[in-house]
Amino acid sequence: MTTAAPARPRAGGPHRAPARWASRWPAWRAFLLLTLPMVAGLLLFKYVAIGWGLLLSFNDARGTISLGSWNGLDNYRRLLGDPAFTRSLVTILVFTLFIVPVTFALALGLAVLVNRLRGGRAIFRTTFFIPTAVSYVVGALVWKMSLFSGTPSGVANSLAYLLGYEDTIGWVATVDPPLYWIVLVTVRLWLQTGLYMILFLAGIQQIPAQLYEAARVDGAHTEWQLFRHITWPMLRNTSVAVTLLLIINAFQAFDEFYNILASNLSGLGSADGRTPLIYLFQTALGEQNYGAGSAGAFIVTALIVVFTLLQGRFAGFGRTGEEEGR
Amino acid sequence: MRKRHLGSYAAAVVFAVPFLLPFYLLIRNALMTRRELGSLDWQWWPEEISFQGFADAFGNEAVPLANALWNSTLIAAISAPLSTLLASMAGYALARIPVAASKPVFYFIIATMMVPGAATFIPTFVVVGSMGGVNTLWGLIAPGLFSAFAVLLFRGFYLRFPRELEDAGRVDGLGFLGLYARLALPNSGALFASLGILSFIEHWNAFLWPLVIGQDPEYWTVQVALSTNLNQQAVNLPALFAGALVAILPLVALFLIAQRWIVRGVLLSGIKG
Repeated sequence: MTTAAPARPRAGGPHRAPARWASRWPAWRAFLLLTLPMVAGLLLFKYVAIGWGLLLSFNDARGTISLGSWNGLDNYRRLLGDPAFTRSLVTILVFTLFIVPVTFALALGLAVLVNRLRGGRAIFRTTFFIPTAVSYVVGALVWKMSLFSGTPSGVANSLAYLLGYEDTIGWVATVDPPLYWIVLVTVRLWLQTGLYMILFLAGIQQIPAQLYEAARVDGAHTEWQLFRHITWPMLRNTSVAVTLLLIINAFQAFDEFYNILASNLSGLGSADGRTPLIYLFQTALGEQNYGAGSAGAFIVTALIVVFTLLQGRFAGFGRTGEEEGR
Repeated sequence: MRKRHLGSYAAAVVFAVPFLLPFYLLIRNALMTRRELGSLDWQWWPEEISFQGFADAFGNEAVPLANALWNSTLIAAISAPLSTLLASMAGYALARIPVAASKPVFYFIIATMMVPGAATFIPTFVVVGSMGGVNTLWGLIAPGLFSAFAVLLFRGFYLRFPRELEDAGRVDGLGFLGLYARLALPNSGALFASLGILSFIEHWNAFLWPLVIGQDPEYWTVQVALSTNLNQQAVNLPALFAGALVAILPLVALFLIAQRWIVRGVLLSGIKG
């Protein structure tokens, strides 16, 4: 593995700590050289950026990114008073409430299913995992232009026709009932479920087989009982991690909304499917209002933090389940 | 028992169909003619395979697809190894070099993990824009090079790195930099590959940041180019799907070849929560 090169005698032999600082210097130099690029990059693109953004959010910064025109909390007030922004927050909340449990259940279900397969497990695992390779832009493209396209030869419409529904349905364009919602939820479901299935599958495979044997001895016979009393409680940590990742990702939805609902994003179309990030994108890059854009970024960040903390509380309540599983 | 397995396989197949359907659609649509794809009737497969969609996709001067593919390749091929290397360097220093600054620097780095990435795209745009990074390659690449989370993973890995190996290196006269470059880095190939591949995927598929910073068509990535195609007034459907097919091929191939590393990376990253 590693070379056992002959030890080269160092000039002057090993000098043992003459002056304390002099002996520490090589360590310091190496530490600085190795950490400096990372520290400098994070300083610039995280700390300076966020600090600057925070200051900008208290400025009237339209068409400029320099500070100087302070306007207190006006940007925050403007945003929270703008129905389009608050609607975008409602949109993303509803979306999160939909997509998180649905992805969670499907990913867990597929993991249990794949784990039960004897032969061919790798093929099915790959099948469910491979959509992760596809970008949200391409997913949106297939969903909008083929799977749920508004023409009679779209897949969903062809299926509907087979089921005896003869009218052509405009999936993306239909707001009442909100059919475009099906398009948005299913595309993300397809793109992200495999990733979380992999996490659940790894969690399931780490559960010791003796636990299942012990449970059978104790009288658990059906698959459901084994799942309920062993698998589920043993997966608690994975479940918490998955839920957290799902929430954080859902809150930052942008790509598929932007690409599927493009014609409605001005708020003029029938479905105002703007997410907070799309609203902020339009504010900062369309109107060049960097003050309001920054303020919005902090509102969204605060919401994500609150949501993840809430989730932590809920996960805390489930703790008894873990003890039950031991 | 037999029955149970049959049921599982049946269920797996039923679920597999919708997961594979979009890939089939991509291929079928890319190989159809505009007339066929525009027809009102469902058609399983093109009557005659047409590559006109690919020709149209690459021949469209308004949306320079070849250039966009080149940009994406460049961005992902530079970002993936570089971001992983930077994380590995910092991770090693934090794990193995005993200096007083180690703890504060560690907290300085991991504190950035608490801020969700996409919510900071406007502040980052402000900084990169003020430095003249709009419509530049470095503007597209630089902000994505610094992953505190990867530092955390490498630090964990190097903390478990065998001391004896380092002691042997020290006897050979290696300093800290030598120990890192000759021993630690060459022995972290598996983690390096896993995180590097994940980083490649992430940068290839990124949309929001390239959309924000690469506004000039010359700096469009493949995702931005596809999005532009998608949202045009009169969409050339076969060309749209042909472009999308070309855009996903490198990553699908990567998934099929290097799935082991990708799964490893996903599992490491999933522990995050």
